[in-house]
Amino acid sequence: MTVKAIHYLNQFFGGIGGEEKSGLKPALLQGSRGPGKLLERLFPDLEIVTTIVAGDNYLAQNTETAVKEILSVLTPCFEKEAAEMPQLFLAGPGFNAGRYGLACGAVCKAVQEHFDCLVLTSMFPDNPAVQEYRRDILIGLAGEDVTSMEESLRRMWGLATKLLQGKAILPDEDHYIPQGRRQNFFHSRTGAQRAVSMLLKKIAGEPYKTEYEMPVFDRVAPAPAIPDMSRVKLALVTSGGIVPRGNPDRIAAANAQKFGIYSLKGLLTLTPETHQTAHGGYDPTFAMEDPNRVLPLDMIRELEAEGDIGCLHELYYATVGNATSVANARNFGKAIAQELLAAGVQAVLLTST
Amino acid sequence: MVKEIERAGLPVVHACSIVTISKTVGANRIVPTIAIPHPFGDPDLEKQKEIQLRKELVKKALRALMSPIEEQTVF
Repeated sequence: MTVKAIHYLNQFFGGIGGEEKSGLKPALLQGSRGPGKLLERLFPDLEIVTTIVAGDNYLAQNTETAVKEILSVLTPCFEKEAAEMPQLFLAGPGFNAGRYGLACGAVCKAVQEHFDCLVLTSMFPDNPAVQEYRRDILIGLAGEDVTSMEESLRRMWGLATKLLQGKAILPDEDHYIPQGRRQNFFHSRTGAQRAVSMLLKKIAGEPYKTEYEMPVFDRVAPAPAIPDMSRVKLALVTSGGIVPRGNPDRIAAANAQKFGIYSLKGLLTLTPETHQTAHGGYDPTFAMEDPNRVLPLDMIRELEAEGDIGCLHELYYATVGNATSVANARNFGKAIAQELLAAGVQAVLLTST
Repeated sequence: MVKEIERAGLPVVHACSIVTISKTVGANRIVPTIAIPHPFGDPDLEKQKEIQLRKELVKKALRALMSPIEEQTVF
Protein backbone atom coordinates (compact mmCIF):
# COMPACT_ATOMS: atom_id res chain seq x y z
CA MET A 1 0.00 0.00 0.00
CA THR A 2 1.25 3.45 -0.84
CA VAL A 3 2.03 5.74 2.07
CA LYS A 4 0.90 9.29 1.49
CA ALA A 5 3.18 11.92 2.96
CA ILE A 6 3.63 15.66 3.34
CA HIS A 7 7.18 16.99 3.19
CA TYR A 8 8.58 20.20 4.73
CA LEU A 9 11.63 21.77 3.06
CA ASN A 10 13.41 25.10 3.22
CA GLN A 11 13.66 27.44 0.22
CA PHE A 12 16.91 25.87 -0.87
CA PHE A 13 15.91 22.20 -0.87
CA GLY A 14 12.47 23.19 -2.11
CA GLY A 15 14.12 24.52 -5.25
CA ILE A 16 12.91 28.11 -4.80
CA GLY A 17 16.27 29.80 -4.32
CA GLY A 18 19.24 30.44 -2.07
CA GLU A 19 19.85 32.89 0.74
CA GLU A 20 18.12 35.68 -1.23
CA LYS A 21 14.84 33.73 -0.87
CA SER A 22 15.26 32.94 2.82
CA GLY A 23 12.49 35.39 3.72
CA LEU A 24 9.94 33.26 1.84
CA LYS A 25 6.59 32.75 3.55
CA PRO A 26 5.29 29.18 3.74
CA ALA A 27 4.02 27.95 0.37
CA LEU A 28 2.16 24.76 -0.42
CA LEU A 29 3.29 22.91 -3.55
CA GLN A 30 1.77 19.88 -5.20
CA GLY A 31 3.85 16.70 -5.26
CA SER A 32 7.47 16.22 -4.28
CA ARG A 33 10.48 18.53 -4.51
CA GLY A 34 14.24 17.96 -4.18
CA PRO A 35 14.93 15.36 -1.48
CA GLY A 36 11.29 14.28 -1.78
CA LYS A 37 11.84 13.26 -5.40
CA LEU A 38 14.79 11.13 -4.35
CA LEU A 39 12.72 9.55 -1.56
CA GLU A 40 10.00 8.57 -4.03
CA ARG A 41 12.56 7.15 -6.42
CA LEU A 42 14.24 5.11 -3.69
CA PHE A 43 10.98 3.95 -2.14
CA PRO A 44 8.14 3.41 -4.61
CA ASP A 45 5.75 2.75 -1.70
CA LEU A 46 5.96 6.40 -0.77
CA GLU A 47 4.00 9.20 -2.39
CA ILE A 48 4.65 12.78 -1.40
CA VAL A 49 1.34 14.45 -2.13
CA THR A 50 2.27 17.89 -0.90
CA THR A 51 5.45 19.78 -0.19
CA ILE A 52 5.47 22.77 2.09
CA VAL A 53 8.36 25.15 1.53
CA ALA A 54 9.38 28.11 3.69
CA GLY A 55 12.42 30.37 3.97
CA ASP A 56 14.92 29.72 6.76
CA ASN A 57 15.00 33.35 7.90
CA TYR A 58 11.24 33.67 7.81
CA LEU A 59 10.94 30.67 10.12
CA ALA A 60 13.79 31.77 12.39
CA GLN A 61 12.56 35.32 12.80
CA ASN A 62 8.82 34.72 13.02
CA THR A 63 8.72 31.18 14.34
CA GLU A 64 5.40 31.46 16.12
CA THR A 65 3.57 33.18 13.25
CA ALA A 66 5.20 30.95 10.65
CA VAL A 67 4.20 27.77 12.46
CA LYS A 68 0.60 29.03 12.71
CA GLU A 69 0.56 29.80 8.99
CA ILE A 70 1.89 26.35 8.21
CA LEU A 71 -0.72 24.68 10.40
CA SER A 72 -3.47 26.66 8.74
CA VAL A 73 -2.39 25.83 5.17
CA LEU A 74 -1.98 22.19 6.17
CA THR A 75 -5.43 21.88 7.72
CA PRO A 76 -7.26 21.11 4.41
CA CYS A 77 -4.72 18.33 3.75
CA PHE A 78 -5.98 16.55 6.85
CA GLU A 79 -9.66 16.99 6.06
CA LYS A 80 -9.77 14.33 3.36
CA GLU A 81 -11.32 10.90 2.96
CA ALA A 82 -9.50 8.17 4.88
CA ALA A 83 -7.91 6.81 1.71
CA GLU A 84 -6.48 10.21 0.82
CA MET A 85 -5.36 11.13 4.32
CA PRO A 86 -1.61 11.65 4.75
CA GLN A 87 -0.11 9.16 7.18
CA LEU A 88 3.30 10.69 7.39
CA PHE A 89 4.80 14.15 7.83
CA LEU A 90 8.50 14.46 7.00
CA ALA A 91 10.81 17.43 7.46
CA GLY A 92 14.33 17.82 6.12
CA PRO A 93 16.84 16.20 6.48
CA GLY A 94 18.20 19.32 8.18
CA PHE A 95 21.77 17.99 8.41
CA ASN A 96 23.86 20.39 10.50
CA ALA A 97 22.07 23.52 9.30
CA GLY A 98 21.06 25.54 12.37
CA ARG A 99 18.15 27.60 11.07
CA TYR A 100 16.78 24.79 8.92
CA GLY A 101 17.08 22.33 11.82
CA LEU A 102 15.23 24.64 14.18
CA ALA A 103 12.56 25.18 11.52
CA CYS A 104 12.14 21.41 11.03
CA GLY A 105 11.92 20.99 14.81
CA ALA A 106 9.34 23.72 15.34
CA VAL A 107 7.19 22.63 12.41
CA CYS A 108 7.31 18.92 13.36
CA LYS A 109 6.43 19.62 16.97
CA ALA A 110 3.41 21.71 15.95
CA VAL A 111 2.21 19.24 13.29
CA GLN A 112 2.50 16.39 15.77
CA GLU A 113 0.38 18.27 18.27
CA HIS A 114 -2.31 19.27 15.78
CA PHE A 115 -2.73 16.44 13.34
CA ASP A 116 -3.08 12.72 13.60
CA CYS A 117 -0.14 11.41 11.64
CA LEU A 118 3.38 10.13 12.12
CA VAL A 119 5.89 12.99 12.26
CA LEU A 120 9.57 12.58 11.60
CA THR A 121 12.60 14.71 10.82
CA SER A 122 16.29 13.98 10.41
CA MET A 123 19.38 15.89 11.57
CA PHE A 124 23.03 15.67 12.39
CA PRO A 125 23.44 15.11 16.19
CA ASP A 126 25.27 18.43 16.69
CA ASN A 127 22.50 20.46 15.08
CA PRO A 128 21.39 22.90 17.82
CA ALA A 129 17.79 21.90 17.14
CA VAL A 130 18.53 18.40 18.42
CA GLN A 131 18.94 19.58 22.02
CA GLU A 132 15.88 21.75 21.64
CA TYR A 133 13.50 19.21 20.14
CA ARG A 134 14.77 15.66 20.65
CA ARG A 135 12.41 14.98 23.55
CA ASP A 136 9.35 16.21 21.68
CA ILE A 137 9.83 14.75 18.25
CA LEU A 138 11.51 11.83 16.58
CA ILE A 139 14.75 12.84 14.86
CA GLY A 140 16.44 10.36 12.55
CA LEU A 141 20.22 10.50 12.28
CA ALA A 142 21.46 12.46 9.30
CA GLY A 143 25.01 13.13 8.19
CA GLU A 144 26.65 16.50 8.57
CA ASP A 145 25.85 17.83 5.13
CA VAL A 146 24.06 17.11 1.89
CA THR A 147 26.66 14.55 0.75
CA SER A 148 24.91 12.13 3.12
CA MET A 149 21.49 12.78 1.58
CA GLU A 150 20.73 9.29 0.34
CA GLU A 151 21.91 7.55 3.52
CA SER A 152 19.95 10.01 5.66
CA LEU A 153 16.78 9.46 3.60
CA ARG A 154 17.16 5.68 3.76
CA ARG A 155 17.34 5.85 7.54
CA MET A 156 14.36 8.17 7.70
CA TRP A 157 12.22 5.89 5.59
CA GLY A 158 13.39 2.80 7.49
CA LEU A 159 12.27 4.40 10.72
CA ALA A 160 8.97 5.53 9.20
CA THR A 161 8.06 2.11 7.82
CA LYS A 162 8.77 0.39 11.13
CA LEU A 163 6.61 2.88 13.00
CA LEU A 164 3.80 2.71 10.44
CA GLN A 165 3.81 -1.06 10.88
CA GLY A 166 3.58 -0.59 14.63
CA LYS A 167 6.97 -2.15 15.31
CA ALA A 168 9.14 -1.22 18.27
CA ILE A 169 12.19 0.94 17.62
CA LEU A 170 15.51 1.43 19.42
CA PRO A 171 17.91 4.36 18.88
CA ASP A 172 20.97 2.26 18.00
CA GLU A 173 19.21 -0.17 15.67
CA ASP A 174 16.99 2.32 13.96
CA HIS A 175 19.37 5.25 13.76
CA TYR A 176 17.53 7.99 15.56
CA ILE A 177 18.39 10.37 18.37
CA PRO A 178 17.43 9.04 21.81
CA GLN A 179 14.45 10.87 23.25
CA GLY A 180 15.37 10.22 26.86
CA ARG A 181 12.73 7.53 27.36
CA ARG A 182 13.22 4.34 29.30
CA GLN A 183 11.99 0.96 28.30
CA ASN A 184 11.83 -1.81 30.90
CA PHE A 185 12.98 -5.32 30.09
CA PHE A 186 14.39 -8.35 31.89
CA HIS A 187 18.13 -8.85 31.55
CA SER A 188 19.68 -12.28 32.04
CA ARG A 189 22.43 -10.84 34.24
CA THR A 190 21.97 -8.63 37.29
CA GLY A 191 23.10 -5.01 37.33
CA ALA A 192 25.94 -5.90 39.71
CA GLN A 193 27.29 -8.58 37.34
CA ARG A 194 27.12 -6.25 34.38
CA ALA A 195 28.77 -3.42 36.30
CA VAL A 196 31.64 -5.64 37.44
CA SER A 197 32.28 -7.00 33.97
CA MET A 198 32.23 -3.45 32.61
CA LEU A 199 34.74 -2.42 35.27
CA LEU A 200 37.01 -5.37 34.47
CA LYS A 201 36.97 -4.42 30.81
CA LYS A 202 37.75 -0.83 31.70
CA ILE A 203 40.71 -1.90 33.87
CA ALA A 204 41.96 -4.16 31.09
CA GLY A 205 41.69 -1.28 28.66
CA GLU A 206 39.12 -3.16 26.55
CA PRO A 207 36.18 -1.42 24.91
CA TYR A 208 32.90 -1.50 26.83
CA LYS A 209 29.56 0.15 26.42
CA THR A 210 27.97 2.11 29.23
CA GLU A 211 24.31 1.49 30.03
CA TYR A 212 23.84 5.07 31.11
CA GLU A 213 25.28 7.68 28.81
CA MET A 214 26.22 10.96 30.45
CA PRO A 215 24.64 13.98 28.81
CA VAL A 216 26.91 15.92 26.48
CA PHE A 217 26.96 19.65 27.15
CA ASP A 218 27.96 22.22 24.62
CA ARG A 219 30.90 24.51 25.32
CA VAL A 220 31.25 28.26 25.47
CA ALA A 221 34.60 29.95 24.90
CA PRO A 222 35.92 31.70 28.02
CA ALA A 223 35.17 35.42 28.04
CA PRO A 224 38.25 37.65 28.12
CA ALA A 225 39.73 38.29 31.56
CA ILE A 226 38.98 41.53 33.40
CA PRO A 227 42.23 43.54 33.47
CA ASP A 228 41.43 45.18 36.78
CA MET A 229 38.54 44.22 39.06
CA SER A 230 38.91 47.48 40.96
CA ARG A 231 37.45 49.29 37.97
CA VAL A 232 34.44 47.15 37.10
CA LYS A 233 30.90 46.52 38.21
CA LEU A 234 30.47 43.02 39.61
CA ALA A 235 27.17 41.18 39.98
CA LEU A 236 26.26 38.27 42.26
CA VAL A 237 24.18 35.34 41.07
CA THR A 238 23.47 32.18 43.02
CA SER A 239 21.87 28.80 42.52
CA GLY A 240 22.18 28.24 46.26
CA GLY A 241 18.67 29.49 47.02
CA ILE A 242 19.54 32.59 49.08
CA VAL A 243 16.41 34.75 49.03
CA PRO A 244 14.99 37.50 51.22
CA ARG A 245 13.34 36.19 54.39
CA GLY A 246 9.95 34.67 53.58
CA ASN A 247 10.94 33.73 50.02
CA PRO A 248 8.72 36.44 48.46
CA ASP A 249 8.70 34.89 44.96
CA ARG A 250 8.04 31.42 46.37
CA ILE A 251 10.96 29.87 44.48
CA ALA A 252 10.50 26.10 44.76
CA ALA A 253 12.84 24.04 46.93
CA ALA A 254 13.39 21.67 44.02
CA ASN A 255 12.88 21.85 40.27
CA ALA A 256 12.71 25.65 40.34
CA GLN A 257 10.58 27.27 37.68
CA LYS A 258 11.91 30.79 38.17
CA PHE A 259 14.64 32.99 39.55
CA GLY A 260 14.28 36.06 41.75
CA ILE A 261 15.84 39.51 41.48
CA TYR A 262 16.56 41.14 44.84
CA SER A 263 18.07 44.39 46.03
CA LEU A 264 21.40 44.67 47.79
CA LYS A 265 21.17 48.44 48.04
CA GLY A 266 22.46 49.63 51.39
CA LEU A 267 23.05 46.06 52.60
CA LEU A 268 26.48 45.33 54.05
CA THR A 269 25.81 41.75 55.03
CA LEU A 270 23.12 39.06 55.01
CA THR A 271 21.64 37.95 58.31
CA PRO A 272 19.12 35.29 59.38
CA GLU A 273 16.70 38.16 59.93
CA THR A 274 17.00 39.49 56.38
CA HIS A 275 17.68 36.37 54.30
CA GLN A 276 17.26 32.62 54.19
CA THR A 277 17.79 29.71 51.85
CA ALA A 278 14.93 28.25 49.82
CA HIS A 279 17.06 25.33 48.62
CA GLY A 280 15.72 21.87 49.41
CA GLY A 281 18.78 19.93 48.35
CA TYR A 282 21.22 20.50 51.21
CA ASP A 283 21.11 20.81 54.99
CA PRO A 284 20.00 24.44 55.39
CA THR A 285 21.28 24.85 58.99
CA PHE A 286 24.52 26.65 58.09
CA ALA A 287 23.04 28.87 55.39
CA MET A 288 20.16 29.83 57.70
CA GLU A 289 22.65 30.75 60.48
CA ASP A 290 24.68 32.90 58.13
CA PRO A 291 23.53 33.35 54.51
CA ASN A 292 26.96 34.88 53.67
CA ARG A 293 28.19 31.28 53.68
CA VAL A 294 26.39 30.80 50.35
CA LEU A 295 26.29 34.36 49.01
CA PRO A 296 29.35 36.09 50.49
CA LEU A 297 27.97 39.64 50.54
CA ASP A 298 29.84 40.66 53.74
CA MET A 299 33.27 40.04 52.21
CA ILE A 300 32.25 41.42 48.83
CA ARG A 301 31.32 44.68 50.58
CA GLU A 302 34.60 44.67 52.50
CA LEU A 303 36.61 44.17 49.31
CA GLU A 304 34.52 46.84 47.60
CA ALA A 305 35.37 49.24 50.46
CA GLU A 306 39.05 48.28 50.22
CA GLY A 307 39.01 49.05 46.51
CA ASP A 308 39.46 45.50 45.16
CA ILE A 309 36.07 45.64 43.46
CA GLY A 310 34.97 48.71 41.47
CA CYS A 311 31.39 48.46 42.63
CA LEU A 312 28.73 45.86 43.30
CA HIS A 313 25.61 45.79 41.12
CA GLU A 314 22.72 46.75 43.37
CA LEU A 315 20.63 43.70 42.49
CA TYR A 316 21.37 40.01 42.85
CA TYR A 317 19.79 37.04 41.09
CA ALA A 318 18.86 33.82 42.85
CA THR A 319 17.34 30.48 42.10
CA VAL A 320 17.44 26.98 43.52
CA GLY A 321 19.70 24.58 41.66
CA ASN A 322 18.13 21.42 43.00
CA ALA A 323 17.00 18.98 40.29
CA THR A 324 16.38 22.05 38.15
CA SER A 325 16.11 21.07 34.51
CA VAL A 326 18.92 22.10 32.20
CA ALA A 327 16.33 23.78 29.99
CA ASN A 328 15.08 25.95 32.86
CA ALA A 329 18.62 26.75 34.01
CA ARG A 330 19.53 27.75 30.48
CA ASN A 331 16.54 30.07 30.25
CA PHE A 332 17.28 31.61 33.66
CA GLY A 333 20.89 32.16 32.58
CA LYS A 334 19.84 33.80 29.32
CA ALA A 335 17.36 36.10 31.04
CA ILE A 336 19.82 37.03 33.81
CA ALA A 337 22.56 37.74 31.24
CA GLN A 338 20.28 40.22 29.46
CA GLU A 339 19.50 42.00 32.74
CA LEU A 340 23.19 42.15 33.60
CA LEU A 341 24.19 43.54 30.23
CA ALA A 342 21.45 46.14 30.39
CA ALA A 343 22.68 47.17 33.85
CA GLY A 344 26.25 47.63 32.62
CA VAL A 345 27.63 44.74 34.68
CA GLN A 346 31.10 43.62 33.51
CA ALA A 347 31.83 40.55 35.62
CA VAL A 348 29.85 37.93 37.52
CA LEU A 349 30.40 35.76 40.57
CA LEU A 350 28.00 32.82 40.53
CA THR A 351 27.88 30.73 43.69
CA SER A 352 26.52 27.20 43.87
CA THR A 353 26.05 24.80 46.74
CA MET B 1 23.32 29.53 34.01
CA VAL B 2 27.09 30.13 34.11
CA LYS B 3 27.38 29.18 30.48
CA GLU B 4 24.51 31.33 29.25
CA ILE B 5 25.94 34.34 31.10
CA GLU B 6 29.35 33.72 29.56
CA ARG B 7 27.77 33.17 26.14
CA ALA B 8 26.39 36.70 26.43
CA GLY B 9 29.99 37.88 26.67
CA LEU B 10 30.31 38.40 30.43
CA PRO B 11 33.24 36.79 32.26
CA VAL B 12 31.84 34.69 35.08
CA VAL B 13 33.52 32.76 37.85
CA HIS B 14 31.70 29.71 39.17
CA ALA B 15 32.34 29.18 42.86
CA CYS B 16 31.05 25.75 43.73
CA SER B 17 31.73 22.70 45.83
CA ILE B 18 31.24 19.97 43.25
CA VAL B 19 33.88 20.86 40.70
CA THR B 20 33.13 17.85 38.50
CA ILE B 21 29.58 19.06 37.85
CA SER B 22 30.83 22.52 37.01
CA LYS B 23 33.36 21.02 34.61
CA THR B 24 30.81 18.73 32.96
CA VAL B 25 28.31 21.53 32.51
CA GLY B 26 31.02 23.71 31.00
CA ALA B 27 31.95 26.56 33.36
CA ASN B 28 35.30 28.04 32.35
CA ARG B 29 36.55 29.75 35.51
CA ILE B 30 35.96 27.47 38.46
CA VAL B 31 36.82 28.19 42.09
CA PRO B 32 36.32 25.20 44.38
CA THR B 33 34.62 26.09 47.66
CA ILE B 34 34.45 24.55 51.13
CA ALA B 35 31.39 22.29 51.21
CA ILE B 36 27.93 21.95 49.70
CA PRO B 37 25.91 23.41 52.61
CA HIS B 38 28.44 26.19 53.29
CA PRO B 39 30.54 26.96 50.20
CA PHE B 40 31.81 30.27 51.56
CA GLY B 41 32.19 29.35 55.19
CA ASP B 42 33.09 26.72 57.73
CA PRO B 43 30.92 26.53 60.83
CA ASP B 44 33.65 24.60 62.66
CA LEU B 45 35.96 27.60 62.62
CA GLU B 46 35.70 30.47 65.05
CA LYS B 47 33.91 33.49 63.61
CA GLN B 48 36.97 35.60 62.71
CA LYS B 49 38.76 32.70 61.04
CA GLU B 50 35.65 31.82 59.07
CA ILE B 51 35.35 35.39 57.84
CA GLN B 52 39.02 35.40 56.85
CA LEU B 53 38.52 32.15 54.94
CA ARG B 54 35.55 33.67 53.12
CA LYS B 55 37.51 36.77 52.22
CA GLU B 56 40.32 34.67 50.76
CA LEU B 57 37.84 32.69 48.67
CA VAL B 58 36.23 35.84 47.32
CA LYS B 59 39.67 37.23 46.50
CA LYS B 60 40.48 34.01 44.69
CA ALA B 61 37.29 34.40 42.66
CA LEU B 62 38.31 37.96 41.75
CA ARG B 63 41.73 36.73 40.70
CA ALA B 64 40.06 34.08 38.52
CA LEU B 65 38.10 36.83 36.76
CA MET B 66 41.37 38.68 36.11
CA SER B 67 43.17 35.58 34.76
CA PRO B 68 43.34 35.18 30.98
CA ILE B 69 42.43 31.57 30.15
CA GLU B 70 42.09 29.54 26.98
CA GLU B 71 40.21 26.57 28.42
CA GLN B 72 38.36 25.38 31.52
CA THR B 73 40.49 26.24 34.53
CA VAL B 74 40.11 25.27 38.16
CA PHE B 75 41.71 27.90 40.39
